[in-house]
Amino acid sequence: MKNDQTLGEILRQQGISRRGFLKFCVATASLLALPPGMVPAIAAALEKARRPSVIWLSFQECTGCTESLTRSDAASIEDLIFNTISLDYHHTLQAASGTGAEDARESAMKENWGKYVLVVDGSIPTGNPGYSTIAGISNVEMLMEAAAGAAAIVAVGSCASFGGIPHASPNPTGAVSVTDLISDKPIVNVPGCPPIPVVIAGVLTHFLTFGIPELDELHRPLAFYGKSIHDRCYRRPFYDKGLFAESFDDEGAKKGWCLYKLGCKGPTTYNACATTKWNQGTSFPIQSGHPCLGCSQPDFWDAGGFYHALSIPTEDTARTVLYGAATGVAAGLALGGLNRARKAHAARKHEKVTINDLEKGG
Amino acid sequence: MTETEFLLWVRGPAFQIATAIFVVGIIVRILEILILGRKPNLAEARGSAVAGGFRTIITRTWPDSGTFKRSGFTLIAGYVFHTGLFVTILLFAPHILVIDEVLGIGWPALPTPVVDATAVITIIALVVVLLHRIKDPVLRFLSRFQDYFVWFLTILPVITGYVAFHRIGLPPPTLIAIHILSVELLMIAFPFTKLAHAFTLFISRWYNGAIAGYRGVNS
Ligand code: SF4
Repeated sequence: MKNDQTLGEILRQQGISRRGFLKFCVATASLLALPPGMVPAIAAALEKARRPSVIWLSFQECTGCTESLTRSDAASIEDLIFNTISLDYHHTLQAASGTGAEDARESAMKENWGKYVLVVDGSIPTGNPGYSTIAGISNVEMLMEAAAGAAAIVAVGSCASFGGIPHASPNPTGAVSVTDLISDKPIVNVPGCPPIPVVIAGVLTHFLTFGIPELDELHRPLAFYGKSIHDRCYRRPFYDKGLFAESFDDEGAKKGWCLYKLGCKGPTTYNACATTKWNQGTSFPIQSGHPCLGCSQPDFWDAGGFYHALSIPTEDTARTVLYGAATGVAAGLALGGLNRARKAHAARKHEKVTINDLEKGG
Repeated sequence: MTETEFLLWVRGPAFQIATAIFVVGIIVRILEILILGRKPNLAEARGSAVAGGFRTIITRTWPDSGTFKRSGFTLIAGYVFHTGLFVTILLFAPHILVIDEVLGIGWPALPTPVVDATAVITIIALVVVLLHRIKDPVLRFLSRFQDYFVWFLTILPVITGYVAFHRIGLPPPTLIAIHILSVELLMIAFPFTKLAHAFTLFISRWYNGAIAGYRGVNS
């Protein structure tokens, strides 16, 4: 497949009918929360789009993001998308390895300089360069080199977007996110641990059709990260009524009540889980009875415990109250004693004024 | 500092500091008042000081008709915002969780839309009370900096809480952090300002009632 073919040509070559193509466009429109009227525009844009070269770099990651994407339904949008891009380098998925793989990356970069999409998963260690290397090249070096020729960068997963688990306290490798290192390229963050496959695909589709999507202050596409889990959660009526599961197997849990008290981070987490769901729309964590961990938010590993409600103190306040009370009693008694002494002293010094004194004064 | 670090600091060290100051401060203030005591009354007792004291603690919760006629407005607005504060602070689920975590006691929460509406009513009542303070010449004359300051410290957590609940403007963790921080400011100022009346009012009612009770009169 040559990279100068348009997507329309490629899809026709693959025997995808006009009808199938339009169905794909409709699905894309709904995925991107665009009105149905936009379908012809999407179709026209996709028809004409060039098959982009994609270079996928994996740094300090667990391969969960790639797993998320590749384990999704074969006949899905993401599959279509991955047939229509040219994934020129992805060291987990490609057949080549070693020097051959690195050559492929370098030649793809050279051929498409300034035009390729750089996808990054994993955080980048800034401590010792030897913490994470590929073919002897440190992660920072490879990222900076590849970023220089990229049209845009998509940071897939919470590690690439915000540092993720390698960045969790005490961050032994000095891990940082893509946005920490690069500021002169358009960067789209697709956080999540892992991100929802259709969201990754949707972002790439948007890039092909209409360019960089509208982003929030954390560089996340608003179409997918514009609403909190809490706003779209089907358990929300229970939250509003004050009906909470207190443990994982009590009456409330069985009745499907709100999981806030079990540590749900839905109110502060922005992602599409509650609407797109996982595994071809089967379910999502809250639906399966587990509180949201907040995995698409920065530093979610360090946010005070997965099973602690967001509002509660993180340290042992009961102890502080106890010690405070003891100190208070001691200080109160001491000050009280002092005040009494002052009062007694003032009473002793008090001189009575007689009529004579007053007359003298007058 | 990232938004998560800010939230963690507010929920962690800052909350400990505020709690320590609040607890130490309140206990010191109460002990100071109690230890200072009152001069012994040498007159013969005509009634029970203890009974009078307890009675007044309860009876002063309701205004007598004379006071109501004279300053009905202050009374109603005062009741509204005090009740509102009670509901929003003590009957909102996430707040009860905090109390449960710190003191080990909890109780059922009110539905969130009810608390939400109460917060709005509380804010309105507090604003009305402030306007009244500014408009009324006598009240204005009697008001000092501290009166405006504690008003501000009181309304701040209600407003930040409302904004955090509706997630307006800033990232939600930052909004929650700002809300908790505003409560911590209130906790720190509490023992050393007029806000301490939440605790000391019982002592003064007791003394009033006990003095009257000892003399055999109803107060
Ligand atoms: S389960 Fe979580 S997201 Fe759903 S309503 Fe409760 S707190 Fe909100």
